[in-house]
Amino acid sequence: MYDAIIIGGGHAGSEASLAVARLGHETLLITGNINMIATMPCNPSIGGPAKGTLVREIDALGGEMGKVADKTSLQMKMLNHSKGPAVRALRAQSDKVLYPKEMQKSLFAQENLTVKEAYVKRLLVENNTVKGVILESGEIIEANTVILTAGTYMEACVLVGSTSTPEGPDKQKPSYGLSEHLRELGIETFRLKTGTPPRIKRDSIDFSKMELSPGDNFKYHFSYDDSVFVPLEKEWPCYLIHTSEFTHSIIKSNLRKSAMYSGLVKGLGPRYCPSIEDKLVRFADKERHQLFIEPESQFIDEVYLQGFSTSMPHDIQEEMVHSLPGLENAVIAKYAYAIEYDAIHPTDLWPTLESKIINNLYFAGQVNGTSGYEEAACQGLMAGINAALKMQGKEPFILRRDEAYIGVLIDDLVTKGVLDPYRMLTSRAEFRLLLRHDNADIRLTEKGHRIGLISDERYQKFLDKLSLIKAETARLKTVTVNPTAVINQQLKAANSGELKEKISLLDLLKRPELSYDFVISLIDEKRTLPLEITEQIEIEVTYEGYIKKAIKEAEKLIKEERIQIPADFDYSKLHNIALEARVKLSKIKPLTVGQASRISGVNPADITSLILHLKEHSSNTSK
Amino acid sequence: MVMKMIFDTIVGIATLRGISALNVIRVSGSDAIQLVNRLFVGKDLDQQPSHTVSYGHLIDDGVIIDEVLVSIFREPKSFTAENVVEISTHGGYLIAEKVIEALIKLGCRMAEPGEFTKRAYLNGRIDLTQAESIMDMVNAKTMTQLQIANQGLNGQVKELINDLQSDLLSLIAKIEVNIDYPEYDDAVVMTNEIIIPETKTIIDKINQILIKSDTGKVIREGIKTVIVGRPNVGKSSLLNTLLREDKAIVTEISGTTRDLIEGELNLGGILLKLIDTAGIRTTDDIVEKIGIDRAKKALSESDLVLLVLDQSQKLTDADKELIELTSDKTRIIVGNKTDLGSLVDIQNENIIKVSAKNKTGIDLLENEVKRLFVDEVLIGNNETMLSNARHIGKLKEANQNLKDALSSAQINYPVDMVEIDLRKAWESLGEITGESGTEILISTLFSKFCLGK
Repeated sequence: MYDAIIIGGGHAGSEASLAVARLGHETLLITGNINMIATMPCNPSIGGPAKGTLVREIDALGGEMGKVADKTSLQMKMLNHSKGPAVRALRAQSDKVLYPKEMQKSLFAQENLTVKEAYVKRLLVENNTVKGVILESGEIIEANTVILTAGTYMEACVLVGSTSTPEGPDKQKPSYGLSEHLRELGIETFRLKTGTPPRIKRDSIDFSKMELSPGDNFKYHFSYDDSVFVPLEKEWPCYLIHTSEFTHSIIKSNLRKSAMYSGLVKGLGPRYCPSIEDKLVRFADKERHQLFIEPESQFIDEVYLQGFSTSMPHDIQEEMVHSLPGLENAVIAKYAYAIEYDAIHPTDLWPTLESKIINNLYFAGQVNGTSGYEEAACQGLMAGINAALKMQGKEPFILRRDEAYIGVLIDDLVTKGVLDPYRMLTSRAEFRLLLRHDNADIRLTEKGHRIGLISDERYQKFLDKLSLIKAETARLKTVTVNPTAVINQQLKAANSGELKEKISLLDLLKRPELSYDFVISLIDEKRTLPLEITEQIEIEVTYEGYIKKAIKEAEKLIKEERIQIPADFDYSKLHNIALEARVKLSKIKPLTVGQASRISGVNPADITSLILHLKEHSSNTSK
Repeated sequence: MVMKMIFDTIVGIATLRGISALNVIRVSGSDAIQLVNRLFVGKDLDQQPSHTVSYGHLIDDGVIIDEVLVSIFREPKSFTAENVVEISTHGGYLIAEKVIEALIKLGCRMAEPGEFTKRAYLNGRIDLTQAESIMDMVNAKTMTQLQIANQGLNGQVKELINDLQSDLLSLIAKIEVNIDYPEYDDAVVMTNEIIIPETKTIIDKINQILIKSDTGKVIREGIKTVIVGRPNVGKSSLLNTLLREDKAIVTEISGTTRDLIEGELNLGGILLKLIDTAGIRTTDDIVEKIGIDRAKKALSESDLVLLVLDQSQKLTDADKELIELTSDKTRIIVGNKTDLGSLVDIQNENIIKVSAKNKTGIDLLENEVKRLFVDEVLIGNNETMLSNARHIGKLKEANQNLKDALSSAQINYPVDMVEIDLRKAWESLGEITGESGTEILISTLFSKFCLGK
């Protein structure tokens, strides 16, 4: 008997297992192949726009992904540096051999956590409540809670050309029967599709025909806890190439051989990661498409051909690859493939990721219709936290859309559902100025500490950082400069307006063209504080106006989120709403008025009717 | 759609538009007093106790909008239980519209139909029965409002708003693709140098739409009017009668007068801008005195012709010439001197019979002006009028957001900041057409750009 069983050892399952075990519960992680825990079956990178922020949020809440990515990075890059603080994003090329090893190390060392190699066939369910799992072997293992993180394994099918092979990523055995069992329990499933590009033998590539794309020479890291970095000279670069007219003609003349276009693929693929044949069909007038050669690992002689995902047969893949510059004599180490799998509708989940249909059963990761390691990991963490909190009889932990990208992601999933695999994008976050990667710790460390995943020591370190920021901001307010000729000369050199009267350094920092370092140089000071402190001050001061506006907008949301709706609210009692709204509200069962207002097809008039009845309801019960 | 209707500061007109001698503009929300105070010159409203009235002027950008009385109601003792300010202005479209525009510029939002009442209920000021009956009414009207929304904006204008939305969406998508796919090399890197002219173009287009919306034009610009008639039909006395009307206020609004416009006249809340009144004031005979060319020029500039005839006489050749000359113009034939008889012989024309001397028939003239220039559906029905005014308000909100984006771009804030206001503008437009939301943006992103792994 365990407190919790996690089915699946991918990025969601790893975070979920660690979170539940760290919160003091006896946990069992069941996975098909222990050596494949936390592998990276697609691109060997972590982070990027929005995703990098997810990683930092996971870290601030006590998750593992950021630390492992830091330890195993081959190169780090800060993207969008000039486009504004809200959209800066850290991305690591990860060593795909080391990453799973590091994650496995953490899992095996974790107290309260057991890892077992097996396949789950059915769930043990009594009175709509999960009681454990039944393995393929027939063995029954009981547990209070089950978290299902089966990724792309349920009824997985790999599609190459006209062949369809029942197998999971990297030739792993799929999970059979579980999704059928879920349907018996009343949990609907649907088919989704994703794909991966070919891997190429490194020594068969002529890199001289490619454009070098190095990482940044900065001491960047995801985790606020660890400080592991790789110096630039040791970093592994990426390379950029483009498809040619010849590549396009090969693809076009063989289009019918692609699984995507032969009618073999039934699942809906992600708009965000189309295959190369998709790109050619949808953007017929584009003369070329860009491709990145990304390092996979220092231990294997393979590179990843980003942008070249395909489901063409092997012989056509050979032709296609050889048409690319520098790859004329390339040896394909692993062919590209498309994969189809069963996912559940995330609208069947509460915002805690618990099923609305079966109690104590949680779903996280790609099985919920998302795409990407980071998206999966953060759901695993949240499902793990909420499963533990429920077992402890505590309030659930739900992040609002103005608090974290994680909040945006889960709210989108459970409120709007998905049609094709969901990727996190900065465009999805209406409060992205508040949800920066640089302030993820400020937003979430305290919550992580309260939950019990952030140690007292790390929390103290965080509080020290806050007081340093506060003290330095206060100091800048009191230190002033006078409009002397020297000062004005320096300002002019920095393309900034002259001073007419005395001004505080804080007010000077409000000018977008001036940096913290520049401002203190006016009083002949050099930076002594860590960059993460001064950067925080710089952003908060320079963009104060915008940040305040965003906070004000967020306050409206917060008020709407405070009006709660009982989970069992009967929408047939609302006489005043449109049919579409009634159907959708009954299905989604929003827990707050804010969530209700985000359901498509529910208009403000419906919401007002809902509020009226909630008020009536609460005044009746309080009498 | 995000339900932001509940808690921000809203502004709406509480009186029926256009007809009354006074208008009351109501502002409700936590910032109501503070926002009005920023326009108000008189006592410091922040310091005034609840339930007091203050006299002063509303001034926007250094220009006096109107002389007003401002009533302050502090929360919770107000109609909505929030801070409420009621501003009594003089009547007419123009003043109310300017006040609302100035408040929107400061951050108010145009109230939805019935929104003050909703707030009153939600804040516990009125009971459920009252609120439900109001809700039923508002809900029942949602469909009609949608229809009227489409009528209120004529087809051409609606098309323009759709164009505008897609211009803005494409600009936003171009910025977003840079942000979400920073290494994608087939998209132009959007800099403020590119954003500034594109934003300006959209602002220009919005201004065009505001002008093209007929009602909007009447409200904002007034009607360019020329009064013609042969000598001795009584043009001057008609004008003087109009000017002496109690409701008629001659206003001078700096920056709006064009060289040909010599006077402004408020006729029942609608501003008539008189073209070339010099001719009318000094002589009765505009045709002979300044020549037919000048008259034609005046006519070509005008939105409305008031053709004055003498009711007591048969048509002369000069009358006939003027009737012919103005036949393709929007015109009102005014039969003056109705007190002296009714001999004028004109076929197939509606004559508004007035007596400048006895001051009768002026109301008929007012009604005719309204019939011609203000959508009849919008008059006399407060709900539908609000619906249309809401759209104008939204368009102005969008314009203001674009101007904010422009000024941020001009002081070279990062594009991410600039985009915040562009996106707000897009959402404001979306509240007119009902098309907005992240999904549309994301679909646009992936249909315009070839992105992927």
